[in-house]
Amino acid sequence: MASTSPIAGAVATAELAGRLPAARRRDLSGPIAHAILVVSVVVLAFPLYYALVISTQTLDDVTSLPPKLLPSTHLAQNYAEAWARVKMGRLLLNSAIVALAVAVGKIAISLLSAFAIVYFNFRGKQLVFWLIFITLMLPVPVRIVSTYQVISVLGWVDTYWGLTVPLMASATGTFLFRQFFQTMPDSLAEAAQLDGAGPLRFLWSFLLPLSKANIAALFVILFVYGWNDYLWPLIVTNRPEMRTAVIGIDSLIPRTSQLPEWNVTMAAAMMVLLPPVIVIVVMQRWFVKGLIETEK
Amino acid sequence: MKRTVFRNRWLPYALVAPQLAVTIVFFFWPAFDSLRLSLYRASPFGDRMIFIGAGNYERLLADPAYFRSIGTSFLFSALVTVGGLAVALLLAALANAKISGLAIYRTLLLWPYGIAPAIAGVIWLFIFHPSFGVLPYVLSFVTAYQFNWFLKGWVALVLIVAAAIWKQFGYNLAFYLAGLQAIPGSVLEAASVDGAGPIRRFFAITFPLLSPVTFFLFTLNMTFSFFETFGLVHAVTQGGPGEATSILVFRAWKDGFEGLQLGYSAAQSVLLMLLVIVITAAQFRFAEKKVTY
Repeated sequence: MASTSPIAGAVATAELAGRLPAARRRDLSGPIAHAILVVSVVVLAFPLYYALVISTQTLDDVTSLPPKLLPSTHLAQNYAEAWARVKMGRLLLNSAIVALAVAVGKIAISLLSAFAIVYFNFRGKQLVFWLIFITLMLPVPVRIVSTYQVISVLGWVDTYWGLTVPLMASATGTFLFRQFFQTMPDSLAEAAQLDGAGPLRFLWSFLLPLSKANIAALFVILFVYGWNDYLWPLIVTNRPEMRTAVIGIDSLIPRTSQLPEWNVTMAAAMMVLLPPVIVIVVMQRWFVKGLIETEK
Repeated sequence: MKRTVFRNRWLPYALVAPQLAVTIVFFFWPAFDSLRLSLYRASPFGDRMIFIGAGNYERLLADPAYFRSIGTSFLFSALVTVGGLAVALLLAALANAKISGLAIYRTLLLWPYGIAPAIAGVIWLFIFHPSFGVLPYVLSFVTAYQFNWFLKGWVALVLIVAAAIWKQFGYNLAFYLAGLQAIPGSVLEAASVDGAGPIRRFFAITFPLLSPVTFFLFTLNMTFSFFETFGLVHAVTQGGPGEATSILVFRAWKDGFEGLQLGYSAAQSVLLMLLVIVITAAQFRFAEKKVTY
């Protein structure tokens, strides 16, 4: 995430490039556009539809040829079976805790550090800036063995601390908030100071309400990231009850020697994929707004 | 730089402290420890570490499988990033018109972004399933070729590429559409009046004006295809068949946590870090020259 506002850049260039009177477009472009978008939407939806349909079928339906593409009667049985087989309740709870903790924790620490970097002058500011921003380049996967050793030294294996805190060591949030704070007019802080507001009051009552769209966008990105991350929970948990839902699915995939109960697998897949998808659909207005229009 | 700054002796340090603490403990410490660890190997009984200098690196660079893994990673990333973005851009350019209901389309395009790579992989695994999947079934009417990813490496690669692109495609398309809507029609009309055909208009105007969007999506998709697809490979193909889908992160994990060769895995981490730094630097150099803001 190097650039926070690609669209704003495109607009500015476009405005420079041509200040010409607007003209009419050709009429055929509308239907063509709708056709392309409808086909794209349908093609994207098919795998999900297929998974949903399989999750309602019996074992006989699943293994029959030609493949059956219509829903069947076994929805409740399959979901109950998947739920019981991997203790899905606990796994989903773990995923929810991890996703929320990563999102809220990272937003909180990024807000504070970005505020300090933009609104204060202090000794060592340049050093702090570089120490934080160099992490933008290197995500957790490039140092797995050593990060695991740090976690075991701290005694954090199989804990929520171990599952969440290392995922916060990245500067994406700080970068986003820093970019946004720099677009704030200086008069805002001046007005706050005239009102007698100290720095923390200014952060809480002025900056925070103005950052709502950015916070919401970051929340969506981090929630999805925390929920879906696979490598880190796989490494840092050993006890089945501390695993997250995306890893739980691994044991439900029928391997060659096993009964091909894909209906149960798909039921589990639907349960695991639904929460982050719902978060995106419900919050997509802010998600898009915070990403596309940061500098507007 | 801000003209108005708050004055306080200790508050700024308190504000950066949490982020700095997390960064030092979980970024710098492990990063330097990887460097140190990469110079050691475990003793035969695994009870202590023996210093072997550059031994792990020599072993890695002498291993053709490691270079094959680099090749697989780049091929996979290129297919997901360049291939995925090219198709998204093409469709977005064709669909660029003043149309109603764009917000609804956006919702219907964005949701797959929320699906975990591993879950996407499970769904596509069944679509590709040699015995029951819908895709081999349909293809069996066209050709007698057996699209069995258990046996054929390239089919396994196509399988994970399909799952990865499925997750990212709608997101890419939505961002390109938003970028295109921001380009005033007047610019393209002016070029059209000057006699530029649609293809020339696209390469002379649309593509350069979209370069910030492309740069943003390129970075995002590269990171995604290099790192976040670990779950996809682990849950679906386990790097196989053979080593056909063994991308670098999967290899580093396997050698470290299944093979318990910590030093060997750490050496791979160090090389991976170097690789990412080189790619990022190259990307930003390229962006300085080519991206029009």
